[in-house]
Amino acid sequence: MSGTFVGMPAFPEAAREAVADPTLRGNLRHATHTIRAKRAAAVAEMSDWVELREAGRRIKDHTLRRLDRYLVQLEEAVTAAGGTVHWAADADEANRIVTRLVKETGESEVVKVKSMATQEIGLNEALEAEGIRAYETDLAELIVQLGRDRPSHILVPAIHRNRGEIRDIFRAEMGEWGRPAPEGLTDTPAELAEAARLHLREKFLRAKVGISGANFMVAETGTLVVVESEGNGRMCLTLPETLISVVGIEKIVPTWRDLEVFLQTLPRSSTAERMNPYTSTWTGTRDGDAGEGDGPRTFHLVLLDNGRTDTLADEVGRQALRCIRCSACLNVCPVYERAGGHAYGSVYPGPIGAILSPQLRGTGSEIDASLPYASSLCGACYEVCPVAIDIPEVLVHLRERVVEGGLVTREGNKVVLKPARGHAAERAAMRAARWAFSRPGALRAGQRLASRTRALHPRTLPGPGRAWSAARDLPAVPAEPFRDWWQRTNGGTTEEGTAK
Amino acid sequence: MSSRELILGRVRRALADVPPDDTPYEDAAPRGYLREHGARGAEETVALLAEHLADYRAIVHRCGESELPSLLARLLAEREAATVLVPTGLDETWLAESDVTRVADRAESDAHELDAVDSVVTACAVAVAETGTIVLDAGPDQGRRRITLVPDHHICVVRAPDQVVSSVPLALERLDPGRPLTWISGPSATSDIELDRVEGVHGPRTLEVILVG
Ligand code: SF4
Repeated sequence: MSGTFVGMPAFPEAAREAVADPTLRGNLRHATHTIRAKRAAAVAEMSDWVELREAGRRIKDHTLRRLDRYLVQLEEAVTAAGGTVHWAADADEANRIVTRLVKETGESEVVKVKSMATQEIGLNEALEAEGIRAYETDLAELIVQLGRDRPSHILVPAIHRNRGEIRDIFRAEMGEWGRPAPEGLTDTPAELAEAARLHLREKFLRAKVGISGANFMVAETGTLVVVESEGNGRMCLTLPETLISVVGIEKIVPTWRDLEVFLQTLPRSSTAERMNPYTSTWTGTRDGDAGEGDGPRTFHLVLLDNGRTDTLADEVGRQALRCIRCSACLNVCPVYERAGGHAYGSVYPGPIGAILSPQLRGTGSEIDASLPYASSLCGACYEVCPVAIDIPEVLVHLRERVVEGGLVTREGNKVVLKPARGHAAERAAMRAARWAFSRPGALRAGQRLASRTRALHPRTLPGPGRAWSAARDLPAVPAEPFRDWWQRTNGGTTEEGTAK
Repeated sequence: MSSRELILGRVRRALADVPPDDTPYEDAAPRGYLREHGARGAEETVALLAEHLADYRAIVHRCGESELPSLLARLLAEREAATVLVPTGLDETWLAESDVTRVADRAESDAHELDAVDSVVTACAVAVAETGTIVLDAGPDQGRRRITLVPDHHICVVRAPDQVVSSVPLALERLDPGRPLTWISGPSATSDIELDRVEGVHGPRTLEVILVG
């Protein structure tokens, strides 16, 4: 995975920087607390939230367990609807495929709608190296791109910028990329949004190639789904002649009906809305009744592995592939609130990043070895997760892996990971652990949250974690870990799991 | 070996620990959640739709069948629209009382032409009360997806109560996945600047919904 930010320091150093930045801390605190409260209200409206969450978890587990069959079914359905399916084993291959497809259109610029998968593979940089300019069109991504910055939150990537900074970036940079910022631009959000509308509209109207990700792919119908707020997704999905979607192989759901679960849980978990402003679904290049001219004439789907099958091979860690990228776990995380998204050194920040990045990329680098320690194990992330990923369980599992080594899968091959003892990775991990545990504020906030919602069971951490956990009450991973449940229930088939 | 075979092979090896299992898909996941939340009559469902649409700052109107042409004429006049996009299958009587210049939805018109049009009037496929959502399926009375995207003012006519359902599960049942669908819940919005919700980044900044019937 080429997503490691170059020269990224290990988590504790990066976190220390973030904690020292008052703007960043203030913005993050305001943002996470605002979304947290709104989310709780949106979820409370649904009397069947527990059942929806359980259904989401089970649908995803069922799909992952038969991922090969569903991938083949999806490929057939997309092809039958007029699309072309490509397979990319890693980031480089995905970038090569997309670059070739863009070049075949003869175009040298593309419009993009926010996609974590394309950030993960570093697509913009790869395109730029081949002389193709990729314009990000989410307001936040635009802010990040114009500010030559890195995103810090899944949903609100520019959460670390306040309005004054945004105005300054727009004034200084918009002219370089296209239509300049209007004269006398102030820092009111409405004016800033208007400036972005004008700047980007020019690009949408002339765009010939659009690039997207997708929130869901329906195997039985070949339908792709993009959930968004601003309308830039609709622009990228309907105006260009060619659409290229780069999507992780874990984004499949078996049937159209399965969307009834996720279209209820995703918006409430992410933006705390009953429904996000826009959701688009499309099936290959099929038109509506108006016929020709309704959307792209050419559609390419690039299915991305890039570490996902390695993650799938880990019986404990594979549950991370259920993630629907709602970002609820970020907003409740006391460590994220203090450290900020950049400290995680990956496009996937926060609790989900702490379990996903080391699995997608391996724990070979300092940052990846330290990530499983970037947590106080308070369990708030598990509690809010709409697909019930037991993040603390996976964190503990990955810590064991860093410290004790063991069998892992890398690029499809089983390899034995050496214990990190005495290595740079272990030292980084230790520092991260110390960082999280030496912040009583972070720990307390987390425990308060957790204790309202989840029983706390003291538990001793394996390996060097033992020394710390002996002195503190750590919330346990649940009574029955995923691993045991998986075995006991034959992979979830022999009985209904009880929602924890 | 192709990457397709490589990836499928990796998936199969990764799942080597999973015992073979032929549970039919229907039994794979419990569906203990509700089909809709709360029991409501048809009229209450329409009222809930109106409330939730307004929550996300759509402008909601209600009228009888016979009042629709005059209401549409008034809304377009108030907007001072000079031109209005019309899907090919839109009921001709709807715009009978308006003298705004009609622009047909054509395959040839490019995005710049659409950008010059003031308003668009469409019907819808279904509306969802619990979430305040209207869904377009590119049917003849709704037109190509882009005509409801580029103009800054969208008026959407919902036949109440026939086209109004309570919930997302009930809406999905009515929709055809083979058609391009657009789910709209309020006007375009962003919360990207210090989490203030601001209307109107790219889609129509004004969304008016008429509940007719
Ligand atoms: S891990 Fe769960 S809560 Fe976190 S982003 Fe993924 S789905 Fe959302």
